[in-house]
Amino acid sequence: MTNDEIRTLILRELRRIAPEVDTGQIDPSQELREQVDLDSMDILNWMIAIHEATGVDIPETDYARMATLNDCVAYLRERLK
Amino acid sequence: MADFLMPSLGADMEVGTILQWLVKPGDKVKRGDIVAVVDTEKATIEIEVFQSGVIENIVVPEGQQVPVGTLIATIRTDGEVAPSKAEAKPPPRLPVEAEPKPERRPAPPMPAQPPSAPHRLRISPLAMRVAMDLKVDLSTVKGTGPEGAITRADVERAAKAAAPKPEPAPERRPAPAPIDHHTAMRRVIAAAMSRSKREIPHYYLGTHIDMGRAMTWLQAENLKRPVTERLLYAVLLLKAVARAALQFPEMNGYWIDNGFKHSDAVHVGVAISLRKGGLIAPAIHDVDKKPLDELMANLRDLVKRVRAETLRSSEIADATITVTSLGEQGVETVFGVIYPPQVALVGFGRIVERPWASNGMVGARPVMFATLAADHRASDGHRGGLFLAAIDRLLQEPEKL
Repeated sequence: MTNDEIRTLILRELRRIAPEVDTGQIDPSQELREQVDLDSMDILNWMIAIHEATGVDIPETDYARMATLNDCVAYLRERLK
Repeated sequence: MADFLMPSLGADMEVGTILQWLVKPGDKVKRGDIVAVVDTEKATIEIEVFQSGVIENIVVPEGQQVPVGTLIATIRTDGEVAPSKAEAKPPPRLPVEAEPKPERRPAPPMPAQPPSAPHRLRISPLAMRVAMDLKVDLSTVKGTGPEGAITRADVERAAKAAAPKPEPAPERRPAPAPIDHHTAMRRVIAAAMSRSKREIPHYYLGTHIDMGRAMTWLQAENLKRPVTERLLYAVLLLKAVARAALQFPEMNGYWIDNGFKHSDAVHVGVAISLRKGGLIAPAIHDVDKKPLDELMANLRDLVKRVRAETLRSSEIADATITVTSLGEQGVETVFGVIYPPQVALVGFGRIVERPWASNGMVGARPVMFATLAADHRASDGHRGGLFLAAIDRLLQEPEKL
């Protein structure tokens, strides 16, 4: 998957969980949870959706490496190698 | 013959609008079946039946708003013989609302739909409500969801396509204003919370709980699990509250008719905030008896359905105690307002790392502030304090929850 494909997938699943979010307004280098109102259930559902779409099972201990949108893309690209 | 009435889905509900009937006369139903979708101004709720039998009559049509307690359908219960033609007279209790009173908010025009078969349109309650709000004729909408179901996006697309056309019938009475759900939600919350503060003599207690053991256990547990089976610490809190409520029956039940009615079952209401504003506290049933995995599945399903607006009537009406966990939003302390007729609400704040002294040693521990808002008519602070202490004790042995 290219970076753009990963980014598109991540944002598509995020919109399913938080439909009110305008994902075009997200600053990719800023902390995601400061920009989008997500609770732990939302995060879990998001991780499950990413798992279903890519097969990547993201352990809780790696959540810290996914703070920004750019981080998420980089992390998934690495895991998808 | 059993009367099927518009149910009361909580202290804050006065009227309900039938959005959709999922059954028609002659259909067999059994206890617990979902037969209709009702809009309560706070949420769209799937209504279950309490008797098994055959639907005899649908009394209130789709799109009509009626007060709680209004006859909406009749059910021929199992064992009853179908009435012969001659006997089949209208039910004795005619609904008050057979003719809508003019001063009531007129029901939004229901999208044209063939009155009989095929009766059941494949459409989600959310999409149905959007269609009513946007006045979309559903017969013109092509569904793109599973099995051709009409989704919210389909409805919005159809509304957009129809938008350029001017309103065609200016000579008819003006179209009713679309339901403003934000206003309606604020109004029902205002009514329930005002009643709570007017009628319930609240007392409040709070205590710090060391969450070190619980979080360590949870992290180790989740490392072993695939993402689809992971637990959130919220389920530990729900289970601890339910188990403690068994030991303190005066916290679990209802204050009705000047007396406390204890509930043997522990149905924990979970306060869930809605993305569009407002909140709702549907119940997870028998929390004390369920293993954590099942509670987690229940909680996930409940949050999903709150967001998709497909709650069931039994979940809305019968919580025996409520838990609110505002910690997610970052506050350390929440003192709740009891949801009448319940008598207690447990609040959990954010888990924060704090210096914690124990056995003469100070260490950094994840600490959570737990609170109790309880009804002084049903219990006293002494017992309330013991109740919070019991929750604390249960959270120190997470593996036993």
